Amino acid sequence: MLKSEYILLVLGMGLVTYIPRWLPIFSLSQRKLPQWFAEWLDLIPVAILSALVFPELVTGGSPRFLDLLRPQFVVAVPTFLFALKTRSLGGTVVTGMLLFWLAGKLM
Amino acid sequence: MVNTSEPARQQLAATSIFKEGLKAGWPICLGYLPIGLAFGVLAQKAGLNAFEIGLMSLLVFAGSSQFIAVSMLSGGASVLSIVLTTFVINLRHLLMSSSLAVYLRSANKTWTALFAYGVTDESFAVNLTRFRDSNWDWRQALVVNHSANVAWIASSVVGAYSGQFIPAGAFGIDYALIAMFLCLLVFQLRGRLYAVTAIVAGSLAVLLALLIPGNSYIVLASVLAATIGVIFRRKDILNA
Repeated sequence: MLKSEYILLVLGMGLVTYIPRWLPIFSLSQRKLPQWFAEWLDLIPVAILSALVFPELVTGGSPRFLDLLRPQFVVAVPTFLFALKTRSLGGTVVTGMLLFWLAGKLM
Repeated sequence: MVNTSEPARQQLAATSIFKEGLKAGWPICLGYLPIGLAFGVLAQKAGLNAFEIGLMSLLVFAGSSQFIAVSMLSGGASVLSIVLTTFVINLRHLLMSSSLAVYLRSANKTWTALFAYGVTDESFAVNLTRFRDSNWDWRQALVVNHSANVAWIASSVVGAYSGQFIPAGAFGIDYALIAMFLCLLVFQLRGRLYAVTAIVAGSLAVLLALLIPGNSYIVLASVLAATIGVIFRRKDILNA
């Protein structure tokens, strides 16, 4: 990728990330979002995170195929339980990495 | 220890504000270190140099979207598709900033513009809890946001350098992204509606990922699942 194209990329990413962060605070209005939109937006994080992670866990190859025995999926179960129990972001990342590293040695 | 319920909050010295902000924000900084390092390593493996990595962390400051941007970059995705994906992924901040806005009335436009830059899932969670439970001030909140930002930029740049010495697959670093998403997903499971939306989104995403090449399954599945979730809530099938 060209340098100028990369600058354009990070500027674009920065802008589209900053605007939703800034706009509601700037307007500071008590005007509420339409109820349905607020409800929809409220479900977006959980939907996106789930849509991101599940295909990573159970599909592989190119073109993709279903594989329920991938180490990614096997390790995800204890990692998920660890996150559920500790609610620690850093701890979960380190634990997941450690388990995945061990799985690589064993599987 | 500083008494946070002291009425003379406005008179707090700058050092005291800084200390209180750090006291609330250190777990975020700590949590960002392995993720920032992992991001730096992965980005470096995708062909970016330390400057380019630091620049992305500085300008974007949004973990998940930066990981996705890097993986899309190595997949040869176009600038437009990466920017659009980033927009959709980070649209959630709209709701967070909306809930934070009422607590930032006393700050002027310049300070709120600087504050907005640091609104992340983590700083939002920490600051909103503090704003609700104590007489937390926008200045402490700003310290939380920006100490997290410094930790994020620094760790991603350090990762870019150390990445050259870490062989592929070492220390399970390739799993950092998945583990982070799993934990952030856990944070989002705040009730049955959220759990059902997660299951719908995950299933749809897997199905769409198997059917169509590329990354469009992420946006398609999320938008569909959130819409189905809202319908469930509206039809009183599930409560939040």
